[in-house]
Amino acid sequence: MTLTDDRRLTQLQWLESEAIHIIREVAAEFERPVLLFSGGKDSVVMLHLATKAFWPSPVPFPVMHVDTGHNFPEVLAFRDATVERLNLRLEVVAVQDYIDDGRLRERSDGTRNQLQTQPLLDGITGHKFDAVFGGGRRDEEKARAKERVFSLRDEFGQWDPRNQRPELWNLYNGRHRPGEHVRVFPLSNWTELDIWQYIAAENIALPELYYAHQREVFERDGMLISVSDVSLPRDGETVEKRQVRYRTVGDASCTGAVESDAVTVEDVIVEVAATRITERGATRADDRASEAAMEDRKKEGYF
Amino acid sequence: MRTLLRLATAGSVDDGKSTLVGRLLFDSKSVLADQFDAVERVSRDRGLATADLALLTDGLRSEREQGITIDVAYRYFATAERSFILADCPGHVQYTRNTVTGASTADVVVLLVDVRHGIQEQTRRHLAVASLLRVPHVVVVVNKIDLVDFDEATYTRVSDEVLASARSLGLYDVATIPVSALDGDNVVDRSDRTPWYDGPSLLSYLEQLSPVGSPHSEPLRFPVQLVIRPQQAAGNAFRDYRGYAGQITSGLVRVGDAITVQPSGRTSTVTGIDFAGVELEEAFAPQSVTIRLADDIDISRGDLVVTSRSVPPVTQDIDGTVAWLADHTLVPGTKVLLKHGTRTVQAMVKAIGGKLDLDDARLLPAESLGLNDIGHVTLRLAAPIPAEEYLHSRDTGAFLLIDAQDGGTLAAGMVGDALLDTLAEVDAVASA
Repeated sequence: MTLTDDRRLTQLQWLESEAIHIIREVAAEFERPVLLFSGGKDSVVMLHLATKAFWPSPVPFPVMHVDTGHNFPEVLAFRDATVERLNLRLEVVAVQDYIDDGRLRERSDGTRNQLQTQPLLDGITGHKFDAVFGGGRRDEEKARAKERVFSLRDEFGQWDPRNQRPELWNLYNGRHRPGEHVRVFPLSNWTELDIWQYIAAENIALPELYYAHQREVFERDGMLISVSDVSLPRDGETVEKRQVRYRTVGDASCTGAVESDAVTVEDVIVEVAATRITERGATRADDRASEAAMEDRKKEGYF
Repeated sequence: MRTLLRLATAGSVDDGKSTLVGRLLFDSKSVLADQFDAVERVSRDRGLATADLALLTDGLRSEREQGITIDVAYRYFATAERSFILADCPGHVQYTRNTVTGASTADVVVLLVDVRHGIQEQTRRHLAVASLLRVPHVVVVVNKIDLVDFDEATYTRVSDEVLASARSLGLYDVATIPVSALDGDNVVDRSDRTPWYDGPSLLSYLEQLSPVGSPHSEPLRFPVQLVIRPQQAAGNAFRDYRGYAGQITSGLVRVGDAITVQPSGRTSTVTGIDFAGVELEEAFAPQSVTIRLADDIDISRGDLVVTSRSVPPVTQDIDGTVAWLADHTLVPGTKVLLKHGTRTVQAMVKAIGGKLDLDDARLLPAESLGLNDIGHVTLRLAAPIPAEEYLHSRDTGAFLLIDAQDGGTLAAGMVGDALLDTLAEVDAVASA
């Protein structure tokens, strides 16, 4: 066979290769990496890439979940099944523990996304993790669009967006001082559509709520909230059964579903390609708080 | 098959970079309704008559407060033919290091020039960065053409001036396009307000750019990231498995190929190429794979596997060009860490050979290098590395200088006298 110009990677193959390179760099250069795993689609894709990166060896680091206590039960079940299938060590830090012993107080609106920062940072320092893989993507949000693949956090877990290290070529610099750690985002260059196309190409299993199903929901702030112990309708909010799916999976009390008929991964790809609303705009009350809601949370050490 | 193109924006402050990027995203329908609503709402709050598209990319609080871009923002958009990763880089001199960052991975630099002001210091600086980092293509967007009534003569004057400046820095593959980012002329669609211009719109130009490089025609370079040795962990079938994991930076590898490992110089033959359980007959840049070898030779992270047909020499003495990115100054005698591929070694700065004067594209004598200076350095390394001229390899010719104390990234480095060679080449062409 002659060497012709058609030996090129597709965009998905390119993204996959880049992510595997990043994951391997971390495994090679850090003492104690951990991968944040919630059972959400981005963390599922990230974990899938990690299994490919080290084959035939098992994934050489544990996973950690910051449990808000407001989970969708099917996502928790998926998390546990995945961890067992891959024989991983799972560390859980629970917001509920912090509320029970008074280290954190429940917010007046009952949502817990903002309460995750302290348990996350305590989980990192408690286990002396020096590299923390996150599934964040730059297309998700304006502040994320500015973040490096290797993002240094000081001993307080803070991100300083004005003082980030230049990130050149594919030479990642993970050096840090004791007490500091590095957040690593292997999916930085992926878009929501890339994630779904990859899920289809690799036949990756996800929690069922990512696909259209019948669910009891009520409308709040323009979002469809699922009825559960942590999200009960208030006066004037009526519960209806609708055909919905989730574009993101977070705290059940503030993550909205979208009306959808997309029951297969192919349907979802068509839907995502045609959508006119970003996934966070459609489904996350926490990001709507202000123009810089995500930036402010990230500076404090959030994901 | 949809391919990927990486671009970086550059240009002086207020040339309208963020507006252009906003326009490119908006007109290619990559901006979603809620993002646009937010921009409209904020624009209205500020008393603007129309939506300020720059707000789409200026994501940080301090950026919106000051109305400038501070840090690189990455944006994603796609057309039927191509996906684009766009690094939107700031224009202020103090943030030049962010332009270096964006340019290091770019296939094309999109350089903005305000048609009313022509070439500014930052224009030359960014052209120099594109030349130095060997970005394959440069397209100059001559912006705000609406403010000179779409005048051809004004455009031609600025365009000629930019092309001459680019040539003086060794850049020959440069296109220019008259644009109004604010109104969208020649951004996505050809404008009927510039009938005298017969080139493509910016987006068509980006879609039509030929794919960059032909990685497999270059010699194999494969930096080893880690050794995969499951022992008992993956069951009996893999108890004796030993593979070398990495991302191919250039060239092609096939089962049966003779390889050499640098810096040790040991040789072997490729017996297998694995990708997550799939055995491949060949692999090429930039694939991440794991290779197996016939001999149980000593290989570890930091080694470079190369084809035995083209083995780069190893050296402990490096002459290189650096873009100095740190606040403090670099003086001879400084000890640093040097990261090259997957290997990090100690290094001492033996001498500073001068710094680039952007005004007349010449190397001036210098005792030290300060923030944003581009200069020539001589380094002595504590251990040998297989260094190749950046001129020939954007991957194995690149290195970082790192602060040994706090771990900060100090400089982007390029092996060889790429800069001097380029300027000498320009001189030769000029005097010929």
